[in-house]
Amino acid sequence: MSKKVESNIKAYGNNFTTMTPGPLAIAMRTCKIWQLIRFVVINIKMIIVVNKSH
Amino acid sequence: MARLVVLGGGVSGHTAATFAAKWLGSAHEVVVVTPNSKWNWIPSNIWVGVGQMSKEDVTFDLAPVYAKAGIIYHQAKALGIHPEGNETSDKPYVVVESTIDGEDGKIENIEYDYLINATGPKLNFAATPGLGDANGLGEFTVSVCTADHAVHANEELEKTIVKMKNGERQKFLIGTGHGLCTCQGAAFEYIFNIEHELNKAGVRDMADIKWISNESFLGDFGVGGLHMKSMGFAVSSKIFAESLFTERNVDWIIGAHVNKVEKGKVHYELLSGEMGEEEFDFSMLIPPFAGVGLKAIAKDGTDITATLFAPNGFLKVDANYAAGAYENWKASDWPKTYQNPTYGNIFACGIAFAPPHPISKPMSSPNGTPINPTPPRTGMPSGIIGKAVAHSICDRITKGENAPLHEASMADMGAACVASAGKGLFDGTAAAMTIYPVVPDFDKYPGTGRDTDYTFGEIGLAGHWIKHILHHLFIWKAKLKFGWTLIPE
Repeated sequence: MSKKVESNIKAYGNNFTTMTPGPLAIAMRTCKIWQLIRFVVINIKMIIVVNKSH
Repeated sequence: MARLVVLGGGVSGHTAATFAAKWLGSAHEVVVVTPNSKWNWIPSNIWVGVGQMSKEDVTFDLAPVYAKAGIIYHQAKALGIHPEGNETSDKPYVVVESTIDGEDGKIENIEYDYLINATGPKLNFAATPGLGDANGLGEFTVSVCTADHAVHANEELEKTIVKMKNGERQKFLIGTGHGLCTCQGAAFEYIFNIEHELNKAGVRDMADIKWISNESFLGDFGVGGLHMKSMGFAVSSKIFAESLFTERNVDWIIGAHVNKVEKGKVHYELLSGEMGEEEFDFSMLIPPFAGVGLKAIAKDGTDITATLFAPNGFLKVDANYAAGAYENWKASDWPKTYQNPTYGNIFACGIAFAPPHPISKPMSSPNGTPINPTPPRTGMPSGIIGKAVAHSICDRITKGENAPLHEASMADMGAACVASAGKGLFDGTAAAMTIYPVVPDFDKYPGTGRDTDYTFGEIGLAGHWIKHILHHLFIWKAKLKFGWTLIPE
């Protein structure tokens, strides 16, 4: 997985200086248990911003 | 009995009209004039454009909802405002033209005591030769700006998938179709939803996908970018966006003004002044926005459009339009009450109000071509502004002409934004972001212009779940179903 993303980088192209996710970061994006936790955390953060904005 | 007329039934106008009807009750009239018979939850058009939702999933009929709310509904487009009445009456009124089948062209005058201009934008496809004309979208590209456009976009996308399955490589070009576009977020969502769908169809390796936009850096999004706290760093949205583009193997062209579209090819000018061309087999380019072209007429018949409206066709409100150069810009330039400075009974909300200036730093090529995003006024801010304007007018109607106005400056307001990067219950992802405030305040928050305790972003399945829930939640709210007032804008 990691190698696959790194292979998208073009030497001295647009994306040569970008930060690219490794296999763990990519796997965690769709890891259901971790994303359930993030779902709660993101909702709390959004509710705080929504409350500050009204 | 007072009458409030709302021009436009989109997110902002619908919010303003429905809250005003609730607060005013039957003692006063609320009238909505909108050319559309259906309400459209525009953020989900992205999913219609990749075949993951139908037009019916993102729209519903307005008439029964307004009947339930006690709102008088005119399916018509506004042509002009007569804020001083005419020679025979001092009562201000709007001129509207019916858009009902069989009644096309029927003209009617509707008097008002208070007026909200929430017409949204004209999709100005004609600004770029080949992107479209005065009648709308052209033949070379697709759009996801309306539900019908999105249905068409999906039909074209399906054709490319068939070609790729038959071994024919396809080039996709997604982004903005002019140097002064806004709504980069919609194009951002569409490009990654296409990438996701091509993966699912097993043809991703047959597709070259490229982004083209007027942003000076990836992740500008028309708000000058944002900084988010991550792993102990304040990380620019540029890093965030470039990382995603690289991960999904999507190349990009930025700082680009698309100046001509032909069959299978766009011509563009870069901020460097360099001219370029890019070929495509499938392209979705967001058009620039303009005001809908309302005229304003004085009592004696004089055209006072320039008094009410800015040159771009958006309604002037209590903003500082004389801020001048970028170095002089202040958060306080942004409007608070959205009241027209000339006629105190006219307000604007959503995209229809004239912003004082962009949020992103203005830039131009050495040839003098302006290339910078114009400011977004959609989504959560447009709903909050619509509600605040409705509140102000209701107070003036019920408490008197001197009742204080409610304020909702985009420089004091945050926004929660969820940008889909692919739909799927267990394999979907979206970038969930908050930004506070929307308009950066560099005096209050030196450096980034925003409070990094309340500005964050991350991509993942949780964001997709939130976007999907918001789809149902906001349609529920817009239909005025049980508990709708408890759902925040």
